[in-house]
Amino acid sequence: MSPFPTHLLSMDDLDADGIIEVLEVADSFAEVGRRANPKVPTLRGRTVATLFFEDSTRTRMSFETAAKRMSADVLSFAAGSSSVKKGESLRDTVETIEAIGIDAVIIRHASSGVPARVAGWVDHCSVINAGDGWHQHPTQALLDLYTVRQALGGGDVGLARFEGLRVAIVGDIRHSRVARSQITAYAALGAEVTLVAPATLLPPSLEGWPVAAVGHDLDAVLATADVVSLLRVQQERGSGEFVPSLREYTAGFGLTVRRAALLRKDAVILHPGPIVRGVEIASDVAELPAALITEQVSNGVAIRMAVLFLLLGQATREGALHG
Amino acid sequence: MADSGSGPAVLMIRGGTVIDATGERTADVLVRQGRVEAVDADLATPRGATVLEADGCVVVPGLVDLHTHLRQPGREESETVETGARAASLGGFTAVVAMPNTEPAIDSAEAVRNVLELGAKTTAEVAVAGAITVGRNGERLAPLGEMAEAGVTLFTDDGAGVQSAGLMRRAFEYAGGLGVTLAQHCEDGSLAGGGAMHEGAWSSRLGIPGMPAEAEEVMVARDIALARATRGRIHFLHLSTAGSVDLVRRAKSDGLAVTAEAAPHHFTLTDACTAGYDPVFRVNPPLRPQADVDAVKAGLADGTIDAIATDHAPHAPELKDLPFDQAPPGMLGLQTALSLALTELDMPIQRILALLSWQPAAIVRLDPAHGGGQGGPIEPGSVANLCVIDPVATWTVDPAALASRSRNSPFGGRTLRGRVRHTVFRGEPVVVDTEVQR
Repeated sequence: MSPFPTHLLSMDDLDADGIIEVLEVADSFAEVGRRANPKVPTLRGRTVATLFFEDSTRTRMSFETAAKRMSADVLSFAAGSSSVKKGESLRDTVETIEAIGIDAVIIRHASSGVPARVAGWVDHCSVINAGDGWHQHPTQALLDLYTVRQALGGGDVGLARFEGLRVAIVGDIRHSRVARSQITAYAALGAEVTLVAPATLLPPSLEGWPVAAVGHDLDAVLATADVVSLLRVQQERGSGEFVPSLREYTAGFGLTVRRAALLRKDAVILHPGPIVRGVEIASDVAELPAALITEQVSNGVAIRMAVLFLLLGQATREGALHG
Repeated sequence: MADSGSGPAVLMIRGGTVIDATGERTADVLVRQGRVEAVDADLATPRGATVLEADGCVVVPGLVDLHTHLRQPGREESETVETGARAASLGGFTAVVAMPNTEPAIDSAEAVRNVLELGAKTTAEVAVAGAITVGRNGERLAPLGEMAEAGVTLFTDDGAGVQSAGLMRRAFEYAGGLGVTLAQHCEDGSLAGGGAMHEGAWSSRLGIPGMPAEAEEVMVARDIALARATRGRIHFLHLSTAGSVDLVRRAKSDGLAVTAEAAPHHFTLTDACTAGYDPVFRVNPPLRPQADVDAVKAGLADGTIDAIATDHAPHAPELKDLPFDQAPPGMLGLQTALSLALTELDMPIQRILALLSWQPAAIVRLDPAHGGGQGGPIEPGSVANLCVIDPVATWTVDPAALASRSRNSPFGGRTLRGRVRHTVFRGEPVVVDTEVQR
């Protein structure tokens, strides 16, 4: 097995073994989360900073909860209220934060590639990508895999079922960092990924993408899918330029009550949230047992604990031995 | 323009091979009072002459850059006319054309004269391109006649293309009456808008908004149609796609008055360079895939493309420290253009020099046929704008060591072949043994 990477910037940083390692470590942290006092001393004395240049209450809370459950100190850096507003450069901001003495920085930015650039600037801390532009959101893909594995029977049983699993990713793939991470992640575990979207919401090129098929007929894909992963229709791109209207989008690509009836009995529905009810998913469909949206959120904490542990935990163990 | 220089009265360039549009011969070059006095083998060195050794070197007409951003006025933290001219001299250029996308834009005779005055104090001839539209806003014609009167022969809204076909048609008609040339930065805003790199496999993977090749090609096609209709003259700036090269090739075979240039980065780098999100690789037009790079090289080789132009575009370091899609596009080019051409183009050196010297000189009318002193030939009586190149010397690019105020060269760390050893501007040795003299 190759060593766990220094940074988690993209799903390309993990091979199948690395992904499985995250899922297995997450199992033990999920158990922690179920305790009355869900806290372990694993990262005591370590400091983690969240550096969010783009609003995201959910992802930030998930990461910060994960770090706190492992007893890490958490610095929360909101770009809006910081010296970034006063014109400080990204590089200066990062170097300042590193100089404070942190072990990991969790970054979200509206521009693709910022976590990768930051990883090139820091000397000793790990960089975790919490979503960059249209590029990647690796912990979201990992928690999706974890949720699907759980639904498929958990543990090695669930893991084995990824081979040949039919996964449909539906919606605005062009502008989606979640889709880019999911596609790599599912394919790494042997799943067959089908993309379903209006042609305008596909990336300009799929050259080199591990995708089995691209379709525009959602009904046909639903009949055989094991996993249906929906993407949020971003309202700002929802009409006019890419699709004529949200109504037309829903008619063609929304998971309506009628369409949900086409699903196989054991198929599951995922959505990274926040969901826009009535657009990409009907309200009633979001409430079905097959919809694992809430499970995704709670699994997110365990996955992020696992990622933090694998990036920082090794040094912690050594520190504990010599401390 | 072709007056004598301020350097030493007598200069002897000894032991080199002279190459210009007329051919190649082993000869010394004697310069007196800013002009070439004699070109011959084994000339006697007059007493008191300054001697420039040219053993193993080629002695050629000074290079001419059709496309330089000197950033003055308005962006002096990135470059000035003086620092840009110094970089030009070190790169072997004795003339550059300053682009008008300054702040404010060069869209009046007064603005033209201001830059010409600054240029007159430097180590190279600084010609000025004027804007086609007021403020480069693409809305109404700038005073082309007034600027032509001040010496402008080339007009462009470079940095952006003129979006309105109707306005561009009027510009063609008006420019035809003045006998000046329009130059276009071909980029259809409705196709390219918001894009930060070439749209394709890499942009899709990296999640960076793309600019499709067609954003360039539709404007090339449009302007060829307008040139045909108006019998106008058009120069295409920085062609970067295979489709554009094809369109220009056909327009030339139809006999239209079309010329074109390509920038060194478009025949040396591909969009794969963007993989690490380093904004030093952000440029407009964007770096393209290998097939386009090959097509640009083919266009240079078969004469479709008339000139290599640097598109030298300095940006201060703090501007290039931004996220890729927020950093301004542009790269330094003056000090690397010649070496990149010698390293990467599989062409005889005389053809490369044609692309870098006498062909661009003719396009901007700085050549002797138009009363200028650029582009050679090197013969008795010609203005001594000369460059002495060691064609086999290698050097490694260090962006921090370049003369520009900025450091945004994408070629840092690259070892290139061919080095400018001396540059002579109007008889003055402005670069001697790779060192700039003032």
